[in-house]
Amino acid sequence: MSTVQTSVKPSTTGRLVAAWALVGVPLGYGVYETLTRVAALFG
Amino acid sequence: MGWLDRERTIAPPGFNRWLVPPAALAVHLCIGQAYATSVYKTALVKHFGASLTEIGVIFSIAIVMLGLSAAIMGTWVDKNGPRKAMFTSAMFWASGFLIGSLGIFSGQLWLVYLGYGFIGGIGLGIGYISPVSTLIKWFPDRPGLATGMAIMGFGGGALIASPVSTGLLKMYDPNSGAQGWVASGDSVGKLFLTLAVVYLAYMLFGAFTIKVPAEGWKPAGFDPSKVKTATLVTTDNVSAKNAVKTKQFWLVWIALFCNVTAGIGILEQAAPMIQDFFRQSDGVSLVSAAVASGFVGLLSIGNMSGRFAWSATSDVTGRKRIYMMYLGVGAVLYTVLALGGSSSTFLYVALAFVIISFYGGGFATVPAYLRDLFGTFQVGAIHGRLLTAWSAAGIAGPLIVNAFLDAQGKPGQLTAASYQPALLTMVGLLIIGFVANLLVKPVDARFHEPRPDRVRAEEPAMEA
Repeated sequence: MSTVQTSVKPSTTGRLVAAWALVGVPLGYGVYETLTRVAALFG
Repeated sequence: MGWLDRERTIAPPGFNRWLVPPAALAVHLCIGQAYATSVYKTALVKHFGASLTEIGVIFSIAIVMLGLSAAIMGTWVDKNGPRKAMFTSAMFWASGFLIGSLGIFSGQLWLVYLGYGFIGGIGLGIGYISPVSTLIKWFPDRPGLATGMAIMGFGGGALIASPVSTGLLKMYDPNSGAQGWVASGDSVGKLFLTLAVVYLAYMLFGAFTIKVPAEGWKPAGFDPSKVKTATLVTTDNVSAKNAVKTKQFWLVWIALFCNVTAGIGILEQAAPMIQDFFRQSDGVSLVSAAVASGFVGLLSIGNMSGRFAWSATSDVTGRKRIYMMYLGVGAVLYTVLALGGSSSTFLYVALAFVIISFYGGGFATVPAYLRDLFGTFQVGAIHGRLLTAWSAAGIAGPLIVNAFLDAQGKPGQLTAASYQPALLTMVGLLIIGFVANLLVKPVDARFHEPRPDRVRAEEPAMEA
């Protein structure tokens, strides 16, 4: 027997945003810092 | 510790599968620090009074342990589930930093080898493979996208660790404002302590967020019968023990080995290579050290974005075709780089960027390739065994490039022509990888796990 995902609980939306922010913000910072270094290539 | 068991991590109905990629990313972003060791390399050389090679051994031990632990612990990871694996990885990785810091504070280099290299390396291997099979099970409709997101984190980890570590070293060292400053050993020790705490917290967040899907779960609107339209995608399963007996495993191993070796050839030498390519007859390069550093940063972005973009694209193109592109187009681009790369900096940078994106893409696509060929049953363990190709390439790539360059002249005197033998050797390797990938066919049914409608009389032998 198989179970199919039908809906997402609204309470999980906040958790989802928090989880992605926790990894996305540092990653965004790392990419930004690297791009500032890359700018020397085109400066 | 029953709360870490697989049975305790089965997702309840309504669990949002998009919580799984950030959990996987939390682990991969932390272990990706392994590629940011150059930040404190000089400081450790000075602190221990050691050679660059002696300090480089720390990283080499870690990468060898990554491959070994992924290969040996893969079956354990598949059996015990992602939470226990991520928790174990977090303990090893954080302990590695703690023991490493003890080695730095006490001036004992062997403790850094044991801590960061050996113990931390085990954390790297377990952590790298821990979320892969879970992601593939949560995203049967887009396995390339799912594994691409996680493995992108390994490339992204260094992008975060590098500036953060530099900032912390400046904060911990009162002499950081001095001209020609090199961080003190004390500040590197404190950095290790800080990273141990931060990485432990992040990885535990990943461990306690990840869940495995319930038996028979599938995403809404997903029809598994449509997946079977591609010849190479199986609905059967092959155990890790039997997978290594198949030709397919070793053909993919060769393809990955060739792709990684060629990529490492550029990555290892990135900064001096661009300066050498544009060295004028008076010995002065048109590319400054600052511009070369920017080029290294651009390659890091290419490596990371290739992991996500190409792996996600493989869900549409199929895994074999995208590997044909990594290896076939890669060989053409490498040839152009070797023969005409010095004609324009823009051409050189663009070629290197695409080549490195293929390198990253190869890493991220391979778990989905294995799922296609061997099913989901023990894909984590099979992936772990395949990562020995990475360890082997980590030795072969730099060895090939350095051996050719040593024969061409001394650093600072090399030119674009000096790189041609090494780069054209990489082209040959990519062609070998291309042929290996071309030979990949569906796995013979005798290797499939028994099903109710089909029993197996005896264990299959190694494929000739």
